[in-house]
Amino acid sequence: MNTAEPLVMGIESSCDETGIGIVRGTELLTNTVSSSMAEHVRFGGVIPEIASRAHLEAFVPAVRAALHDAGVTLDQLDAIAVTSGPGLAGALMVGVAAAKALAVATGKPLYAINHLVAHVGVGLLDDRGELPDGLGALLVSGGHTEILAVPDITSDVRLLGATIDDAAGEAYDKVARLLGLSYPGGPAIDKAAKDGDPTAFAFPRGLTAGKYMGSAENPGPHRYDMSFSGLKTAVARVVEAFDAADQPVPVADVAASFQESVVDVIARKTVLACTEHGITTLLMGGGVAANSRLREVVTARCGEHGIPVVIPPLSLCTDNGAMVAALGSRLVAQGRQPTGISFTADPGLPVSTVSVPAA
Amino acid sequence: MLSLDSSSIASVALSRDGEVLSRFDTVDTRSHAEALAPAVHDLMAEAGLTGTDLDAVLVGTGPGPFTGLRAGLVTGRTLGFAWALPVHGVCSLDAAAFHVAPEALAAGHAEFVVVTDARRKELYRRDYRVHEDELGPVITPLGDPRVGPPEDVPALPCYGSGAGLYPDRLSHAVPGFSDLHPSAADLARAAWAITSRGQELSTDTSPLYLRDSDAKVPASPKRATR
Repeated sequence: MNTAEPLVMGIESSCDETGIGIVRGTELLTNTVSSSMAEHVRFGGVIPEIASRAHLEAFVPAVRAALHDAGVTLDQLDAIAVTSGPGLAGALMVGVAAAKALAVATGKPLYAINHLVAHVGVGLLDDRGELPDGLGALLVSGGHTEILAVPDITSDVRLLGATIDDAAGEAYDKVARLLGLSYPGGPAIDKAAKDGDPTAFAFPRGLTAGKYMGSAENPGPHRYDMSFSGLKTAVARVVEAFDAADQPVPVADVAASFQESVVDVIARKTVLACTEHGITTLLMGGGVAANSRLREVVTARCGEHGIPVVIPPLSLCTDNGAMVAALGSRLVAQGRQPTGISFTADPGLPVSTVSVPAA
Repeated sequence: MLSLDSSSIASVALSRDGEVLSRFDTVDTRSHAEALAPAVHDLMAEAGLTGTDLDAVLVGTGPGPFTGLRAGLVTGRTLGFAWALPVHGVCSLDAAAFHVAPEALAAGHAEFVVVTDARRKELYRRDYRVHEDELGPVITPLGDPRVGPPEDVPALPCYGSGAGLYPDRLSHAVPGFSDLHPSAADLARAAWAITSRGQELSTDTSPLYLRDSDAKVPASPKRATR
């Protein structure tokens, strides 16, 4: 096996994207994504069974397209990597079963990989092919809102903070529905908010009270954690009050005020986690990393503390197979043991498990 | 031929001309994604075979619980792609029907129904006619597979792992077949019964879900105030 510049296929199916990526070392050869997003629009959110059905139909065509695009064959691969969690159980199961079949058919080693750590693995695909020291990550999507410290991407990843209820992207989707905006809610609210006053409504900042925060020396129970469920309810109350009074809802102002609350809490908690844990570079990932206001505020506030923020291109921020391949490639290069084919998908895989150890 | 079925238990079989050379069957019905690939690997290794030794892959297309069914289908389709083999699909209930065909003939049951557990207090079923020719028993499906409550099962002799699940609601079960799940081995035999009579196997491996996802298009959002 070529372990210096391993040729690795990455498979991602944890939510509504069937992603196949192929890398050689830290060079991205292809990033093929088939999304079932359009099928979820009428529901206002991802329906796991619909996503799982789409994965089954998309898988083989996506693999065929990725191999063609990269100009390689299955025989040439050095290893296969697959997201084994966290994610939607039924969706994960399709990618995991398919990856095992590929591993059996080709005899290639298989790595079962953590989806969240893979988002950070995107950083390996830039020009330097190395992650900076003192790296932290902010992952914000429809399913995740996490702050990570990444001392070593293959052996030491720590969860510093996370949402305790809705993911930020989920809150965007729900509020978009309240405001009669389209799905996915992130881009719709971001757009509507541009014409609105972010101070028009004083929406709550979840888990920012002193009892949750504590101090750096004596941290409270949720110092770096976030909550968006109460915020969504606060928006609903405002919308319902306008409805009850037979007045038009000021959509732009509500959207801007809601977005400001989300962004403020995320940025505040992220800066705190970074400065208190020696994080000197922050990588953003997840679909909500596309949000213009979130990018702006996180970048500005991290900048005040001399922390540069790296935001990969959107196609590598949203779920994709390339990030899985990138992390797999690094595991191969470091001589880590493959997982084998007896593992099970784990919807709640902790971030500390970078790759699932062999049974 | 390598056969897989994951419509009820998870099972794998290697066969030549309908003769099952080796087989693997789980006992439980909830470990498909874990069990299938290692079973394929082990059967192939024990037989000293590689993908190039095979002529085709056969998958049971259900009906069955969605997640397990998909595990078998994606495994079969992916193996077929990687080994450049044709992938054929056969309704999983046909496997169980073929298995009981001799018993049904012996009992004088010219028509019968096979039922398996569809969970949610429902059954998957398909009706069959059976006769015998010079090559052996022949099963002919009477219509498409269906899902529904036990009361909807037609009043035919009822075989299969679902037959005894609702004794108060389904009275025409043939006793003694409570462990008759569709299996890859029977799937291979049922497929041979087709091809040995000069007929083609289908290359349609679409899953027989028979139910839509439960998702409902939301009406108006829940109110936060009263």
